[in-house]
Amino acid sequence: MRFFEFEAREVIKRAGIPVTDYGFTTDAAEAREIAQRIGGPTVIKSQVLTGGRMKAGGVRFADTPEEAESHAREILALEIGGHMPRGVLVDPKAEVEQEYYAGVVWDGIRKQPVMIFSPVGGIDIEQVAEEQPDKVGRRHFSNILPFSDFQAKEVIASTGVSGPELNKLVPILTRLAKVFVEHDMVLAEINPLGRLSDGSFVALDAHMDIENEARGRHRRLLADLGVGDEETRQAREATPFELAGELVDATDHRGVAGNVTEFDGNLGLVIGAGGGSLTLFDAVRAHGGEPANYCEIGGNPSVAKACGLAKLVLQKPGVDKIAVMMSIVSNTRVDIVARGVIKACLELGHDPGEKIAIFRIPGAWEEEGFKILERYGVDYADRSVSLNEAARRAVEKIQGVAA
Amino acid sequence: MSILIDADTTFIVQGITGREAVNLTRECLDYGVGAKVVGGVTPGRLGREVHGVPVFDTVAQAVAHHGGRIDGSVVTVPPAFTKDAVFEAIENGIGLIVIVTERIPRRDVAEMVELATLRGARIIGPNCLGIIVPDVIKMGGIGGPAKNAAQAYTPGPIGVISRSGGMTTEMSSTLSAAGLGQSTAVSIGGDAIIGSTYAELMPLFEADEQTQGIVIYTEPGGRMEAELARWVTEQRSRLPIVAFMAGRFMDEMPGMSFGHAGTIVEGKEDTASEKITRLAQAGITVAERIEDIPGMIKDKIAQGSPA
Repeated sequence: MRFFEFEAREVIKRAGIPVTDYGFTTDAAEAREIAQRIGGPTVIKSQVLTGGRMKAGGVRFADTPEEAESHAREILALEIGGHMPRGVLVDPKAEVEQEYYAGVVWDGIRKQPVMIFSPVGGIDIEQVAEEQPDKVGRRHFSNILPFSDFQAKEVIASTGVSGPELNKLVPILTRLAKVFVEHDMVLAEINPLGRLSDGSFVALDAHMDIENEARGRHRRLLADLGVGDEETRQAREATPFELAGELVDATDHRGVAGNVTEFDGNLGLVIGAGGGSLTLFDAVRAHGGEPANYCEIGGNPSVAKACGLAKLVLQKPGVDKIAVMMSIVSNTRVDIVARGVIKACLELGHDPGEKIAIFRIPGAWEEEGFKILERYGVDYADRSVSLNEAARRAVEKIQGVAA
Repeated sequence: MSILIDADTTFIVQGITGREAVNLTRECLDYGVGAKVVGGVTPGRLGREVHGVPVFDTVAQAVAHHGGRIDGSVVTVPPAFTKDAVFEAIENGIGLIVIVTERIPRRDVAEMVELATLRGARIIGPNCLGIIVPDVIKMGGIGGPAKNAAQAYTPGPIGVISRSGGMTTEMSSTLSAAGLGQSTAVSIGGDAIIGSTYAELMPLFEADEQTQGIVIYTEPGGRMEAELARWVTEQRSRLPIVAFMAGRFMDEMPGMSFGHAGTIVEGKEDTASEKITRLAQAGITVAERIEDIPGMIKDKIAQGSPA
């Protein structure tokens, strides 16, 4: 889950890394008060979870509190990349001598975090790595031993930075490593990290992403920051259809029938499991089909859950038929999914044999499942029909409907 | 032969009294020659039995009862307790740990893997279904009940490595139907950090005489495939490889997570198309459809072409 800049800055501040005397607000008049308190020129920054805010006009400079207020008013109403801002950050315009970069990410191959430092900041670190590779220092560190000052020194020194700068940077990098580890982050980045005319350093912007699986461990921090439990902060906001999918999955604790993503096609998909869903979604598209949704079934869900998911998909406007397909199941029971999807059809007044384009779930309890499907005249396939072939048949049927 | 486990492998199940673990234990005992499940651990349940397997409070008790080193452990405890359970297994001398649990924070996984490396232990998973040597033994839920596992898996020359548990069975079943059995199939897990990657398992298959070719299932996200491509090129592997890439549609949807926790397109290097290119450059054939895999790997083996 990504943090807004104002949240990331708060986390950094709490960790003892110097930040500017900024203020966050959702109100233009208050932006003026903050600018007044700061005194002097300010920067008004849109708080959105998307890149390119500078280009989009979401970052503007103000010389007076009045100007700060009018900029804030405009920025608060400005949509950037499909996102409305959460608020604005009013930041003193710092006299920066040089911009640096400091960040921590995971290396999935080494299976350790890696500290990245550069004396070239303010731009994308990947661009620096490409154009000036000798200006980017990297250092992996242990998951078991605490990050130590000498490691910060090594990564800083490797970029040619020395003198008082090096010594002043060490605690910042060490604290950043600690923030990353202690908060279960997948990204902790200060960019730019500014060196001011008096030689001190200050974080001018920060990006942070906390791992969803670990949110439960950081309830206190998230509550302090005002982050709601319902906020997923995916690349795009969840649609009402997707939220309804989450409710279906929350029906009970047995298995999974959810992870719904909305698309705009006419073929509803009730598919699984993780890898099977990816494979099937590709296959439907490869045959020219237009999926109405992505979803995942797995871990042996209850009849109620399978039924709920099928109903949700069947009721989606524009859906003509559903395809019920999974890779060979060994835990999920074929008969339970069959009963769930048939029940969904019946409860909505549909003929299961008509609405279910194909049912391809082989595996555990398949004899029982196939018997039920036969009784309701549903076209089904066993493991001798590949995932790809099942997807092809489903697409063929729905295109027959459209034609 | 096989890799990682064989008919003589002894293992325990940590979290054995949980609903899924009870089933898993039954499945392992029933499959092949019957797994040597020498104990189970659930704190506070000392003295119970699960399908005849004695339950202990600690791994140390299980080891003492067994009277010698235990080879492996299947860990099925909830995410919040997994790290402790794995540390306990490692510190009691267990060398192979299959972590079934899903949704474990990455930091915990990284800590477990680092300790395992220090102690010379190996982790498979997390978020995986385990390992199967067809008709001999399975360690984990892979393939399901013995009857179902026997339907999909047959002994033979192909090593299978997959980021998806279900797809391990789907691909093995497709291979079996085409007369190509498996030497060992390993579900390595779908998370961003896992105990054993493709490249880390390749040396074991390389050293296994029974194995003549490798089939892998891959997804967008992470750099494991790039690591494999590099390994294959540098080591001049004798084993031909055919890969299947699922989730090609995700390239159009950066930042969205589908399927498994590790499956998310974050940069240009971890897209499906970039991975396909890298794999192909290393001589790995990338199949468009699963049903094409048996023919492709047969051809590569017949031509004696390395990966």
